[in-house]
Amino acid sequence: MQEWIFSSPLILISAFAIIAMMLIVFTGNRNAPVMYFSLISLVITAIASAYTMFIPQETIKSATSVDSIFANMLLYGSYSAFFDVIFCLAGILTILASRNYLHQEEYEHKEYYVLILFAITGMIFISHSNNLLMLFIGIETMSIAFYILAGYFRFEERSVESALKYFLLGAFATGFLVYGMALIYGACGTLDLSLINSKVLSGDIHQLYLLIGLGLVIIGLAFKVAAFPFHLWAPDVYEGAPTPITGFMSTAGKSAALIAFIIISKNTINLNSIIPEIAKASETLIFIVAVISASTMLVGNIVALVQKNVKRMLAYSSIAHAGYLLMGVVANNPRGWAGIVFYATIYLFMQIGAFIIIGLIEKKSFKYLNLSDYSGLSKHYPLLSGLMALFMFSLAGIPPMAGFFGKYYLFVAAIEANYLWLTVVAVISSIISMYFYIGLIIYMYFNEPNEDIPSVKTGLSGISLAIAGFGILFFGIFPGLLIDFATKLF
Amino acid sequence: MIPLLLTLFLPLICSILLLFIPRGNNQAIKIISLVFSVITFLVSVVLYLSFDNSHNGFQFIINTVWVKSLDAGFRIGLDGMSLMLVMLTTFISPIALIASFDAIKKREKEYYIMYMLLQFGMTGVFVALDLFLFYIFWEIILIPMYFIIGLWGGKNRIYAAVKFFIFTVVGSLFMLVAIVWLGYYIGNDVLVKSPQILLQNPELMKFYPDLSSSTSNLLLPTFTTNFLLIREASILIPLEIQKWLFLAFALSFCIKVPLFPLHTWLADAHTEAPTPGSVILAGVLLKMGTYGLIRFNLDLFPNASFEYASIISWLAVIGIVYGALVAMVQTDVKRLVAFSSVSHLGFVVLGIFSMTDEGIQGAIIQMINHGLSTGMLFLCVGILYERRHTREIVEFGGLARVMPAFTAMFAIAMLASVGLPGLNGFIGEYLTLLGAFKSTVLNSYIYTIIGATGVIFAACYLLFMFQKVMFGEITNPLNKNLPDISRREWVALVPIVIFIVWIGVYPKTFLSISETSTRSLVNKLDNLREGKPLESLPIIKEAKLDDNDYDKLDYELLRFDILCRNGYLVHH
Repeated sequence: MQEWIFSSPLILISAFAIIAMMLIVFTGNRNAPVMYFSLISLVITAIASAYTMFIPQETIKSATSVDSIFANMLLYGSYSAFFDVIFCLAGILTILASRNYLHQEEYEHKEYYVLILFAITGMIFISHSNNLLMLFIGIETMSIAFYILAGYFRFEERSVESALKYFLLGAFATGFLVYGMALIYGACGTLDLSLINSKVLSGDIHQLYLLIGLGLVIIGLAFKVAAFPFHLWAPDVYEGAPTPITGFMSTAGKSAALIAFIIISKNTINLNSIIPEIAKASETLIFIVAVISASTMLVGNIVALVQKNVKRMLAYSSIAHAGYLLMGVVANNPRGWAGIVFYATIYLFMQIGAFIIIGLIEKKSFKYLNLSDYSGLSKHYPLLSGLMALFMFSLAGIPPMAGFFGKYYLFVAAIEANYLWLTVVAVISSIISMYFYIGLIIYMYFNEPNEDIPSVKTGLSGISLAIAGFGILFFGIFPGLLIDFATKLF
Repeated sequence: MIPLLLTLFLPLICSILLLFIPRGNNQAIKIISLVFSVITFLVSVVLYLSFDNSHNGFQFIINTVWVKSLDAGFRIGLDGMSLMLVMLTTFISPIALIASFDAIKKREKEYYIMYMLLQFGMTGVFVALDLFLFYIFWEIILIPMYFIIGLWGGKNRIYAAVKFFIFTVVGSLFMLVAIVWLGYYIGNDVLVKSPQILLQNPELMKFYPDLSSSTSNLLLPTFTTNFLLIREASILIPLEIQKWLFLAFALSFCIKVPLFPLHTWLADAHTEAPTPGSVILAGVLLKMGTYGLIRFNLDLFPNASFEYASIISWLAVIGIVYGALVAMVQTDVKRLVAFSSVSHLGFVVLGIFSMTDEGIQGAIIQMINHGLSTGMLFLCVGILYERRHTREIVEFGGLARVMPAFTAMFAIAMLASVGLPGLNGFIGEYLTLLGAFKSTVLNSYIYTIIGATGVIFAACYLLFMFQKVMFGEITNPLNKNLPDISRREWVALVPIVIFIVWIGVYPKTFLSISETSTRSLVNKLDNLREGKPLESLPIIKEAKLDDNDYDKLDYELLRFDILCRNGYLVHH
């Protein structure tokens, strides 16, 4: 019985997603019921996850270790549950912002909300997976929902291109992922991650296969987080997708792939192994992730410098942020993972917030997306541009905005893991990134307004923006609340 | 404690309050900010009165846990030097605010919000006793200053604002890496090897109420940004690492000072910023750099400081001469004053790295002087600019005939800047040069000899400029009917004049504030160089003699022992 309670987030979200799909049939022409139903179901799921988050790990372990209903396929509580809350929050912010956006695009369909629910279902499965198979199912559920959402404007060339590109490349990356998992199975004889963990500890494995398998899995996941050199799909997909979905994909989607990274590296990478070959191989793998992380942030930020389109600029910046987040994986210690938790939360606020504002200013068929369209925006929309400036400063990592604390914590983690050079690269790329983040502020504040100013109707998005802005300031001033809590999760 | 909190937070409260005042209500906005600013100054006077000059170490310490897992706390406190700079901040701020009433004509609400935020950040930098907190205040300043230059500046404001932003960020991010590395090294190496530094020091233990002297080493913080703890522990960091940390911190501070060759942002920022922006920039912001050099570079990395003292002093001396020479050929009055800053701040840095009593005291008083006299010069330039909307020297001439009172004020500021005995500039320059002369660290007279030429050059460029602007016939008909100083401008200028003369005639009032803290720093540096045990560290001396007396003696022996074992004292 207890296990049912532990797994309530998974069960709830799956059930809600299916009910929402059926609700489409019964609601006729009205879109609102499905939307509100999705919102409520996300809130309920978040509450259930928050509840399981506070159940002590010992209770969970003792309740599940003996003959568990789900055959040890799932993890419960602590960080898994925390990520559930993050995903639900991202979903809520996105749905609140979407209604207005879809109205102004004249493209509202009920399926949109259901797809978001399904994507979140996939993510929650990822964060709870204790088995490579579960992990794979989660990743696919999430990705398929994303493929469809990316091509949501099915009469727009750009949107269709984005979906097709995402689907073809994504399917290819999935191939790597599955092949990697197969090799890991070959090396260990099991797909259960906790068993793999103990086998790696005892050295009862075929090392070469494990190494190749892990390498392939890293490639597959690096594609999902859009890390260099597997990032090429990201700008086009992010540009073509509906703007709130871009925000959603680049935050929740990325966090989901990162939790997969954490789960796999926690169980398979062991630097202190008694067997020297494994310790050495672990070091190599970590080093590879470090190189990926360093090059991702550099490439993302440098390319973002020359973008004229705001959506593309933030797409590249989100690539760079994947690089920062990977620093936590490189650190491979509780501090690093807690850093990922903190940064993923904050990143959600600032990135979704920024994309919501872009969505508000954007008009039908990809208009008003250029930097120059933001000229003098602060004169007409002081609050909106104030929030945008807040998000930009936070993304750039200027204190007291919360983005800074995320970076700081990841720097601490990386230095503790003896990766000083990675920190220095991160700092250099932060400096590069300052230029384009404050570039947008220059347009909004220092330039004279254009004659043609887009009209903005805020509607429900205002709630999302308020939550995002509040989150950034609150966790900027009291980072300890979240950081100290996140440290306890691992 | 309360006055310190008020001094720090009143400006922030004001800026939040201003958010809720409807746009267009300019009169109310101005009055509220002025009232808050003046009250802050009055509170800081209370702070000064309750400050104990003879006490050596930090006073009014407040310690609150902020991020437990990183041992970052909201720790603030004051010693003599920081008190002086806090007073400078609270004094200059209302004055520059009064100047804003004339200079700022658009988007007033945003301006005053930014302005009060700026004051909050500046005060915070001077009172922070935690590296993490310090860094946050250091960066908070960026945002308001960026907007003040970029929104209310001159023609080239965007370029200047971006340049200011990028320069500062480059330096400060490397400082951030150094802070993290320092915190990591202290926690993972120094404290693990010699936990007695923390455990047997009663003053430091006050910061860690959940530790006791018998606590196991495992419970000690593995990462810390507590300044006082780092200060005690940092001498145990190997010289090789100290050097890198020193450089990272110094880069950030030297950009802010600015030290030659990192000064290029300054002229642009000054020229483009609105008058009050320049006043604050010259008056307070630049002092953050020199403050950081004393507080962090000298105090945390003394051994590395000895290594780099001569290089930095050379840069300072080059800055003195170079700044003066470049100032000489400027045609824009404001740019001229901006380059004179480069020259004057050179004296401050030279004084700091002489590492003598006179040098550092001179540096501190010179920071104040520069804040006053250059601030006043910028105010005067602003007065000219508001009347004529130009700052080109050739546009003026013969102003003494139409604006006699203004000429007198300008003359005082100019002469103070030149270093005329009897006014404040002389005291600072004399002391820093004396310090450099006596310094055993620099061990050469050449710095003083070259540096002293800067005083002569200063006389040249300032007097020539003054002569061209004020004397002679009125050649430009536009200057014929310029109004003299208004009442509001009097209010801004007179307080500065009072302090300029006060410091010039009786500097002891001000020198005595920072005397004790300077002496203890210099003692620490001297003892390190001579290989004496570091008994004179203020924080240890402060411990009252009581039952713990025996432990304390033990602690000092231990400390000496640690130093010897780590090879810091043997080879001296």
